[in-house]
Amino acid sequence: MFRLMGLRGVTMALSTMIAACTFTGAARAADPIKIGFGIQLTGPLAGNGKAALLGAQIWADEVNKAGGLLGRQVELVPYDDQSNPGLVPGIYSKLLDVDKVDLLLSNNTNQTAPAMPTIIQHKRLIMGMFALAINEQFKYPGYFQIQPYGPNGKDSLTRGFFENAIAMDPKPTTVALVGADAEFSKNALEGARMQAKRLGLTVVYDKVYPPTTVNFTPVLKALQATSPDLVFVASYPSDTVGIIRTAHEINLEPKVFGGAMVGTQYAAIKQQLGEALNGIVSFEQYIPEPTVKFPGIEDMLKKYQAKAAEVGVDALGYYVPAFVYSALQVLGEAVTKTGGVDQQKLINYIHGNTFQTVVGDITFGPDGEWVEPRMFAVQFRNIKGNDIQQFTQAGKEVIIFPPKYKSGDLVYPFANAQKAAQN
Amino acid sequence: MGQVAGLLLDAIVSGILVGGFYAAMAVGISIAFGMLGISNIAHPALILLGSFIAYVLNSQFGMDPILVGVLATIPFYFLGTLLYTAYEFAFERRGTQLIRGLAFFFGLLFITEVGLQLIFGVDYRLVEAPYIGPSYNFGPVSLPVRMLIPFLASVLLLIGLQIFFVRTFTGRAIMAVAQDKFALQLMGAAPVRIKRIAFGLSTATASLAGAFLIILQPVEPSMGRDYIGRIFAICVLGGIGSLPGTFIAAVIVGVAESITATFYGPSWSPAIAFGFLLIALVVRPAGLFGRA
Repeated sequence: MFRLMGLRGVTMALSTMIAACTFTGAARAADPIKIGFGIQLTGPLAGNGKAALLGAQIWADEVNKAGGLLGRQVELVPYDDQSNPGLVPGIYSKLLDVDKVDLLLSNNTNQTAPAMPTIIQHKRLIMGMFALAINEQFKYPGYFQIQPYGPNGKDSLTRGFFENAIAMDPKPTTVALVGADAEFSKNALEGARMQAKRLGLTVVYDKVYPPTTVNFTPVLKALQATSPDLVFVASYPSDTVGIIRTAHEINLEPKVFGGAMVGTQYAAIKQQLGEALNGIVSFEQYIPEPTVKFPGIEDMLKKYQAKAAEVGVDALGYYVPAFVYSALQVLGEAVTKTGGVDQQKLINYIHGNTFQTVVGDITFGPDGEWVEPRMFAVQFRNIKGNDIQQFTQAGKEVIIFPPKYKSGDLVYPFANAQKAAQN
Repeated sequence: MGQVAGLLLDAIVSGILVGGFYAAMAVGISIAFGMLGISNIAHPALILLGSFIAYVLNSQFGMDPILVGVLATIPFYFLGTLLYTAYEFAFERRGTQLIRGLAFFFGLLFITEVGLQLIFGVDYRLVEAPYIGPSYNFGPVSLPVRMLIPFLASVLLLIGLQIFFVRTFTGRAIMAVAQDKFALQLMGAAPVRIKRIAFGLSTATASLAGAFLIILQPVEPSMGRDYIGRIFAICVLGGIGSLPGTFIAAVIVGVAESITATFYGPSWSPAIAFGFLLIALVVRPAGLFGRA
């Protein structure tokens, strides 16, 4: 054929091919950087999922207004996984094989775990939004996690409660453990058992309840009968409300009450429980205490809070959105500094640097978790009525752990902590 | 009284109280499934709709959630009659209600859930009422008022419905329609009209059950699915279509869960409750109060 066409024909064909390649290259440079993730937009975890998506959208809007990353706009590619872990692997396969996204976020919980083999097979970087100890199983160097659990999540989630409790005078000797029969709660209870063993506390009650439990009176009555010094609860939002109300109804008054109670971080539950929260010890990831000042977080939260009511998500946004925003800050910086989306370069960059984000400076360890854990143990204080705005002020959730961020001491016993709040 | 006896007594009382709540949730299914043969698996979603109506009127106007539940029975009744009209026209009339009707209610379940999510978002919602928080303590027994009030309201609801079904012509016609609709026609009653009324009543109970639910715990749009198994189990255990049976089965499940949670740990509660169901089905397949 070349003989028939002659040299001129060959030259023309080559020119056309080169032009086509050049054109394709130019088009790719103008293509957006796609960031894909599964997210719970419906189903029981949608509260967190929608708040996370709003946090991500705020970041993407800001970046795009400033010209994008490397001159390319950022495009979020979220898929609703309906809070169903069975759908997650398929979503990530589609993101990788069909959408061909450049970057991956996890789906905001441990439900990303079933998709990890696919992600590892594709040798992709995955930035975990909210997950506890996923990489303990996979030990994958391309996995990172934005929640401040540190290398031992079960420890960091429970250490603040127990370190404060053991420092009481007189020292406590017994602890009751109760939690939902679900993954997060069981991990937290495991952490609590380790702490109890480490500190020589006797575990006098250790039970899990089904997630559909409505009536907590029999559970807490049985627990109360063991007269524990400490009551550690690992619960999910609706259980948290039921347990706190029941504790008041049956006059459960240990020396310290609380633990890893999911729900005490949510604006709606803070607002509705109001004064019933006084004295309770729980965990937070960000709280506006004077000891916690991170550049940019207040602006970010203002933007979030302005849109929260419209989207129908958590009014304060302390728990999830700021961390999702900071996860994207990490990815954005890595893309900018490495000059592209080469996965290995990005992984190496994230492992080798410290990132300044709206939730503080983050350095990732070899397991992809924060090198230094920073889970706050807080005690609710001075809550009056049900005004949500009071939670934007300092002194309502006093940080009692870690010492670096401490804004007050534990008030005990629980009955005193409640009374002190009423004064 | 010894500690064990005290705990046992408290567990029984607590189980009875929560049983009343279960009965309110199950009674609508008992009417629809038991008397009409309609597998309305969207009922828990309608209960959630009732919870959100109670939430809106409580948070916006300070109305008592149970009062809202009572008032909302009227629009819920008409909603039920509309749903039945559509169901009858699309499926029952053509004899395709078995599978397609089930799909219809599945669809209704998801549409209701998604509708609630679009309107109210995905946050947990709670209500405020003077009886949420206080508790009466008699020795070892605690009577949380937030559980006592729904229990009493639920008992009144079931007594009212039972009187209606036993003492009125329409009520008796509803009980008859599931057994022999042709005989019912001979008695001068229109089966479709009777079933429409019954389905309306079934749906109306969802507004009250929804109010009770949001008094007991915070709600979010998709949580209705959690109750489907328990509600159907209570209906089957009590005997399909029997309201006293539904109440007694609900109390049995509540007490069984409560005693198990107190003495053996709450994780065994569902197993014990469903164990009762299995035993009942073996010994008495029609349920405790069902007709063999």
